Amino acid sequence: MTTTTSELATSNLARDTYTVFARAMRMSLRNPAWLVISLMQPVLYILLFGPLLEPLSGQLGAANAYQVFVPGILVQLGIFGALFVGFGLIAEYRAGVIESQRVTPASRTALLLGRVLRDVVVLLVQGTLLVLVAIPLGLRAPLLGVVATLVVIGLLGAAFASVSYALALTLKSEDAFAPLLNAVVLPVLLLSGILLPMTLAPGWLQAVSDVNPLKHVVEGTRSLFDGDYSSGTVWWGLGLTVAMGVAGWWFGVRRFRQESS
Amino acid sequence: MPGWTLRGVIHARGLARTFRKKKQEVHAVAGVDLDVEAGEIVGFLGPNGAGKTTTLRMLTTLLVPTSGTATVAGCDLISDPVGVRRRIGYVSQNGSTAPEARAGEEVVDHARLYGISTAQATTRGKQLFRDLDLDGLWERQPKTMSGGQRRRLDIALGLVHVPGLVFLDEPTTGLDPQARANLWQHIRGLREERGTTVFLTTHYLDEADALCDRILVIDAGSIVASGTPDELKSDVGGDVLTVTVERAEQAGQVAALMAALPGAEAPQVTDTRVVGRAPHGGAALVALVRELDAAGVAVAGIESRRPSLDDVFLGLTGRSLREESAPARRAEQLETAR
Repeated sequence: MTTTTSELATSNLARDTYTVFARAMRMSLRNPAWLVISLMQPVLYILLFGPLLEPLSGQLGAANAYQVFVPGILVQLGIFGALFVGFGLIAEYRAGVIESQRVTPASRTALLLGRVLRDVVVLLVQGTLLVLVAIPLGLRAPLLGVVATLVVIGLLGAAFASVSYALALTLKSEDAFAPLLNAVVLPVLLLSGILLPMTLAPGWLQAVSDVNPLKHVVEGTRSLFDGDYSSGTVWWGLGLTVAMGVAGWWFGVRRFRQESS
Repeated sequence: MPGWTLRGVIHARGLARTFRKKKQEVHAVAGVDLDVEAGEIVGFLGPNGAGKTTTLRMLTTLLVPTSGTATVAGCDLISDPVGVRRRIGYVSQNGSTAPEARAGEEVVDHARLYGISTAQATTRGKQLFRDLDLDGLWERQPKTMSGGQRRRLDIALGLVHVPGLVFLDEPTTGLDPQARANLWQHIRGLREERGTTVFLTTHYLDEADALCDRILVIDAGSIVASGTPDELKSDVGGDVLTVTVERAEQAGQVAALMAALPGAEAPQVTDTRVVGRAPHGGAALVALVRELDAAGVAVAGIESRRPSLDDVFLGLTGRSLREESAPARRAEQLETAR
């Protein structure tokens, strides 16, 4: 009996997740403005910001600037793209979609997981595109390192999307959600070495950035792009990514299981 | 299904919900007992802020009660909320579809969350669109539909899994009179054609009167009366009798005759008009006509009027449901209660 019930629960989770995912994906793809903007963003970063770094490559200690720059932009995409997905949820909440899904027997986890999967798929498409655009401009990196980085980005994106949805479901208002995101995003961005490596920073700033887990994730992905798979930075970055993934997912699921009064 | 007939479709005892706002406990619903039988259309009537939606959200598993027990559609609300969700439909007052989605896809996706196959969901959805006068709107975006069409689309979503019990929260709020009358027709059809039990909330007296077999009146978080619209009106203390006489000096005589009717209240006299109240207005009217005739009173007009639900509400709560500032007043009462 127990196995049947748990099998039933698993198949329902998978089925409900797919239903929520397919609906979310279909609505995203049908929005042409969203499609153009989300595909153009990574391309613009590479085309308009990358060239600024080329003269600096010597200082960065890398053979070419894109090897340093692309992983950073990928992490940025993973975190900040995902953090903003909550705005869509607030709109859905206001239209009554969330509540109408919550009166169905669908698994609460599936309501979150389906949406997060959509975000991860979008993120991986954007990330792949970004890497492809950087190749003709001079990016050289091992395939394994690039794929491993994309996996890290997917995990990070899932974590931050879950957090974003949980916060959105708690605040239920763009007016409260936007300032909160802005307050978090800027310091985290500046202290992560995403745009320029923190090795360029003075000692005190490096010390401050050391407590930011994302800095270690960025450094880990830079090592991966360097083909250096066994160094401590890689494992630090990977470990912290998994930790953030677990924490973000726990936070999101907990919020979705609560009643949303 | 079999469990329903024993204890009714809804059987709730002492259902209560307390919110904490700024360290103050607000008893949104303070212990509600209610029973709904299969096939009934029951109206939950009360002013804004009376606790209608909170009660509905508890019965539909969206809010966990602070205390109390309930069986809904044969399942225990607390221990088996998923069972309840499987068996009920809920149409919220806030809508249920994304404005930029396609109407038909929203219905199918909603059905999929009940484990219904896409093919079956499409068949049922299209049938519901025909039944609800939404023909030809399958591919339309909800944002391009009229208010009445959108509300019917919400109802289609709430019915696609063929629930035996449907909750409608303020189904006609914001609709124009024609769309309201049309929606009433569809709600009656749910019961007549599908045998669906309907539990709806409303703050419109005419809606409760026109649509519901039975009305539960809720005020300040408690049910203050329950009965058919006719029962509730009879409880007010009778029908309203009005006699207009040709000569004002005979008004006193009419008032005396009216007061002598069995169970009558002391009538009020204004010039040539005498207004009183007596149970069973029809019979009282006939008796009064005979007496007036025998007494030789020259009558210009005579009528018996059923009390309105507003008279009912006024009698139960001491205030009129038509007062526009009802929510504000409730807030004031909460303030002074502290």
